[in-house]
Amino acid sequence: MDCEQCGKCANLAEKNLSLCERLYTLLVYSENTPGLLSQITAIFTRRQVNIETLNVCASSTPGVHKYTITCVCTEDMVKMLTAQMEKRIDVLQANYYTDDDLFMLESALMKISTPVMLSNPKVSHVVRMHGGRIFEVNPTYATLEKTGATATVMSLYNQLNELGAVLQFVRSGRICITRSTEERLDNYLAKREQEREEIKG
Amino acid sequence: MNKEIITGAEALMRSLEHEGVTTLFGYPGGSIMPVYDALYDHRNTLNHILVRHEQGAVHAAQGYARVSGKCGCAIVTSGPGATNTITGIADAMIDSTPMVVICGQVGVSMLGTDAFQEVDVVNVTSPISKWSYQIRRAEDVAWAVSRAFYIANSGRPGPVVLDFAKNAQTSMVEYQPAKVDFIRSYNPAPAPSEDAINQAVALINSAERPFVLVGQGVELGNARAELKAFLEKIDSPAGCTFLGMSALPSDHPLNMGRLGMHGNYAPNVMTNKADVIVAVGMRFDDRVTGNLQTYAKQAKIVHLDIDASEFNKNVKVDVPVLGDCKQTLAIITEKVSKAEHKEWISSFRLYAQIEYDKVISKAIHPSDGPILMGEVVNKVTEATHNEAVLVTDVGQNQMFACRYFNFTKGRSVVTSGGCGTMGFGLPAAVGATFGAPDRTVCLFLGDGGLQMTIQEMGTIMEQKAPVKIILLNNNFLGNVRQWQEMFFNHRYSFTPMANPDYEMIAKAYSIPSRTVVTREELDGAINEMLSTDGPYLLQCAVMEEDNVLPMTPPGANIDEMLLELEK
Ligand SMILES: Cc1ncc(C[n+]2csc(CCOP(=O)(O)OP(=O)(O)O)c2C)c(N)n1
Repeated sequence: MDCEQCGKCANLAEKNLSLCERLYTLLVYSENTPGLLSQITAIFTRRQVNIETLNVCASSTPGVHKYTITCVCTEDMVKMLTAQMEKRIDVLQANYYTDDDLFMLESALMKISTPVMLSNPKVSHVVRMHGGRIFEVNPTYATLEKTGATATVMSLYNQLNELGAVLQFVRSGRICITRSTEERLDNYLAKREQEREEIKG
Repeated sequence: MNKEIITGAEALMRSLEHEGVTTLFGYPGGSIMPVYDALYDHRNTLNHILVRHEQGAVHAAQGYARVSGKCGCAIVTSGPGATNTITGIADAMIDSTPMVVICGQVGVSMLGTDAFQEVDVVNVTSPISKWSYQIRRAEDVAWAVSRAFYIANSGRPGPVVLDFAKNAQTSMVEYQPAKVDFIRSYNPAPAPSEDAINQAVALINSAERPFVLVGQGVELGNARAELKAFLEKIDSPAGCTFLGMSALPSDHPLNMGRLGMHGNYAPNVMTNKADVIVAVGMRFDDRVTGNLQTYAKQAKIVHLDIDASEFNKNVKVDVPVLGDCKQTLAIITEKVSKAEHKEWISSFRLYAQIEYDKVISKAIHPSDGPILMGEVVNKVTEATHNEAVLVTDVGQNQMFACRYFNFTKGRSVVTSGGCGTMGFGLPAAVGATFGAPDRTVCLFLGDGGLQMTIQEMGTIMEQKAPVKIILLNNNFLGNVRQWQEMFFNHRYSFTPMANPDYEMIAKAYSIPSRTVVTREELDGAINEMLSTDGPYLLQCAVMEEDNVLPMTPPGANIDEMLLELEK
């Protein structure tokens, strides 16, 4: 029997889900200190895990940076990766999630060929079916934007590519927010603030 | 009040003094000259030891830290000065040694231009240090130094690198001492969870065959007394990692010996027979566990550690207890029931006897043939009443020294564990003499390892550092030769080595020395070495093709130790 989670490995039969590889999203919060990105990526390199997507930006908390990283690995591995990250001095928190825990999006931009689009009606059909948004057309190319789940974005790209329409393609890293009602970072910061006062007081 | 305006370099001196630093190991150069200039006025408070190579400075700082419990400190210049410290930084990281390394750096206006002696030290050292930071403004000196010492010393200790840009050394600043004792993103010693403690207590209470694995964390946490109380209350035998050896007196009735590849037979066998294992401040290194697939599978495991990333890294544990073991051991001891495990404890004796008959007696009391490493170590530990500090280099000398040296006092083992750094011994021993000036420091090393940092004999000469250097000369890179004999069909590829006249070298450095070739001379020579004030080199011509036994071959099951080799 194949694994229900990844469809690849036979671990479910052995009831050893901890060995099953699947897509995880890591949300990592750090102080805004230079050089942390390379420290974080080095942790993946050392453990031979590929980063699928990576997004770095300021979080809603002033001075705190948010890293959104996706990778495919086992749960044991993702636990070790997050523990290693939290060990870096300026990392506040590192947690891992599966898709069920998150609201998430990716964006893609494409440059497609106007002559191909005009000569093959399937092109505009595919764009419309996927809800892609064309925001500029000139005689050479059209620019197209699509935001959504990875699978939809990739399906649009793959179909257009098969039709020979794609000149350029770029996909953003995944961005996401958690479904949980608990705000882990806020709770952590509040707890640490209390501990700071205990030490000073 | 008049605030004082001083240079960044002077601010570094004040900050080091503010942190209680008294001893520095270093080597000057262009990009750190303003610091050395400032140091000239602080020679009364900051004892700077000039080493002969920057690798020596870091290893000496490590030796100093390991025996004193204080943070070691090294100062070097930029570029090659900084890169020469890399091995020591990596070594301190894996062996959890608190150390602050301060390197010079080119001025900020020249950063990134491939300026003379510019190396991207922060990026080079960041994966092998606890924290690596570039000081670019004199205003940041006090804060960065305080933060560096706080990070190096707290939690699981480790090395910190401060990359000190030259402009920040020379520009002026209104100095105010800083005290960092809180970093919100870093919680060095989280309060132990009650839940975890209770689970640990329940497991320990249920144990019929408990076994405690003692690591260096016990020493680092100053928890020797707590460990002893814990062991005695639950009446559990214990085994020590090499780095944890002096956390429990060697002659304590519950101390069953050393764990791992070249450890003792009984504790390794019993690891796979115990029903509850309590690991304290150790990290299940592959040299300790052997084959993980068969390691302690029958046991429930409680793991006490201050570093959360160690839990379930190599060995799945049933109850991880995060926290400072001084605290967690004390709480658990308070809560567990007193127990007695006489039969279980005496069952260790059988294996200890087998090891004694087949290995130990031959290694330490040979009747004929050339001098053996084991017997030299045994004689030195006896002659120093098991009270000395043991420093080793790496190789067979290290394995024999760790197997046969015994301990009565804490913080007595200085050896390169996780990194296995040849060349560590001589400079680390120099550092140890400054970290524990009242103790005898005995260094065992091989002819290979001595030559890797032999230049530190210059430091020993200048400082009259009382290192008792015991050179176990087998004319081979012995440890590699042993593996070639055992696993590579006796093909001695580049392990025989022509040696210089070490007595002549010692003489050139004004270090008294003696060479012994026969067993009869050994006691006299050891006495002479120990009764000589200051440094001494005792060269022992030991058996060339001796093997360290017992041995768990790499990847083999930990309870399947080879006690003898088929010849
Ligand atoms: C820097 C470094 N290089 C190489 C090694 C690999 N190595 C481990 S033990 C050893 C032989 C050591 O020979 P020696 O110092 O003569 O000591 P012995 O084993 O003979 O006691 C070598 C080469 C090492 N551990 N460290």
